[in-house]
Amino acid sequence: MNGVEGFMYPNEIGLQWSVLIVLYPFITGLVAGAFILASLERVFNVTAVKPTYRLALLTALAFLLVAPLPLQLHLGHPERSPEMYFTPHSTSAMAMFGYVYLWYLMAVLVLEIWLDYRRDIVLMYQNSKGLLRMVYGIMTLGSTNISERSLAIDERVGWIVTLIGIPSAFLLHGYVGFIFGSIKANPWWSSPLMPVVFIFSAMVSGIAGVMLLYMAITKLRKHKIDVRCVDTIAMYLFYIFIIDFSLEMLDLIHRIYEADESFRSLNFLVHTQLFIPHIVIQIMLGTLTPIILLGITQVVKLPEIARKRIYSVAGCLTLMGIFAMRWNVVIGGQLFSKSFLGFTTYKIGLVSKEGLLVAIFLTLLPLFFLWVLVKLLPPWGENTTHATAGD
Amino acid sequence: MSGLKDAGHLFRFAGLFVLAFLIFLVVRHYIVPKSFGQYGHYRGAAMGEIAAHPAKFAGHDACETCHSDIADKKKTGKHAHVNCEACHGALYQHVAGPEQPKPGLYQRFLVMVGKAIPPDPAVLRHADDPSTVVPVKPDTATLCVRCHTASAAKPKGFPQVNPAEHSNGMPCETCHQPHNPAIDAGGAK
Repeated sequence: MNGVEGFMYPNEIGLQWSVLIVLYPFITGLVAGAFILASLERVFNVTAVKPTYRLALLTALAFLLVAPLPLQLHLGHPERSPEMYFTPHSTSAMAMFGYVYLWYLMAVLVLEIWLDYRRDIVLMYQNSKGLLRMVYGIMTLGSTNISERSLAIDERVGWIVTLIGIPSAFLLHGYVGFIFGSIKANPWWSSPLMPVVFIFSAMVSGIAGVMLLYMAITKLRKHKIDVRCVDTIAMYLFYIFIIDFSLEMLDLIHRIYEADESFRSLNFLVHTQLFIPHIVIQIMLGTLTPIILLGITQVVKLPEIARKRIYSVAGCLTLMGIFAMRWNVVIGGQLFSKSFLGFTTYKIGLVSKEGLLVAIFLTLLPLFFLWVLVKLLPPWGENTTHATAGD
Repeated sequence: MSGLKDAGHLFRFAGLFVLAFLIFLVVRHYIVPKSFGQYGHYRGAAMGEIAAHPAKFAGHDACETCHSDIADKKKTGKHAHVNCEACHGALYQHVAGPEQPKPGLYQRFLVMVGKAIPPDPAVLRHADDPSTVVPVKPDTATLCVRCHTASAAKPKGFPQVNPAEHSNGMPCETCHQPHNPAIDAGGAK
């Protein structure tokens, strides 16, 4: 039984949305953010981040494949999920998201990865044997044309796909914020700033995630980390983080200044149950500390090793902070009564369908998918340079 | 032509999309129920299936046909708008007898146009002997507190008490007659 203080309506005592719904925006945020990082190189010609281009795309795909699983587990009856495609409901944001997901998966990510890797796929197909040859054979779609002209076409089409992918990535994660922001019955969520905050926090988490993955994988491969690359990523992370933090503070100040009928209840919540996850973990440890750390690397000339260590710490803290932000939005928004007269508590289960172990498994599953993808489509090749197709 | 040839792999990829879309359309044709969208974003045939469910509530009109004395007492009191079955439970069986008839066409029509099922005299027929299904008299000690236990969420004008302090363990009907609960209306009868 959940601990209840004051008055809760009966349907508010137990939380409807569990840790899996926390995980869902966290995972989709990583997808959108990783893609934005990839687009930096492809569309905006930030050549310094080139070593992470393919890794960012594969990371986005690995996380995107796992993104619906928390929802499937939470809702149950996964066999019913195709129904939202078969009978599209145009006035339901949640139902239409199925199409956004499919569009982003197939028309953006898979297509862009396929176009970018096509030359490698054909070469690997020609140089491999057995089952692997069959897999690569399927991936070529029966076309082994890697003439200069066909690769130039791939380059141009890939550029266009990335260009389309940027608003698609915004749509993908903006939607998640929209779902919360449009719930007018819940003052903790109901804010038109919510989709924008979610997009920027997604960019922050995705960029931090790929930066950490790049550093960790390069270290595991016993290769030298491209410091110019991580310096550039950290610089973008720093700037986008400042925008993200400013937007969150704007939202907070707006709530405090507006001080509507929900304010006392929410203010009490932030000073009690949510003090540790919101003030300490999200704002102090997960936002201010990494911003200060990244800021130091921007203004002080530090040795390479110190910068790398700072990036690692700041990256980890950033991911923790963004996860805490999702937690505080999803769980925090269900802890108070809509009567504003009481509070409930959330206790996460350990081995239940929506428990801690499942959440940990779903967090690690994309890393396994990424491992498979990296094995199948190594992102470290020399062929990662893109002609400036948009020029 | 060579441009088209060099873009051949893109047509293959596009072909995959077209193929997937065609498969989707075929599967959709077989999977989506025929009556889907007949009235709205749901299966139209579900209306008839729901209407075919046996009725559980008889409605206060049916009760008042026999219990007019209670109805007279109730309509002058604070509980005038509390329907009989809100306290006594669903008693269609008591009214209609243990054998439940299937809902008539009119009832189905009302459900189809989104109205609640009204007590239909043709359907809610009296059994020869309503005593075959005898309702249990509610225990006021547990029934009344469902609504009248003090709670911060209830309107201030709504009568609410702390049951333990208020009645000292006595059942509510010792002082309040449930059908007309004001004490000056007579208490327990």
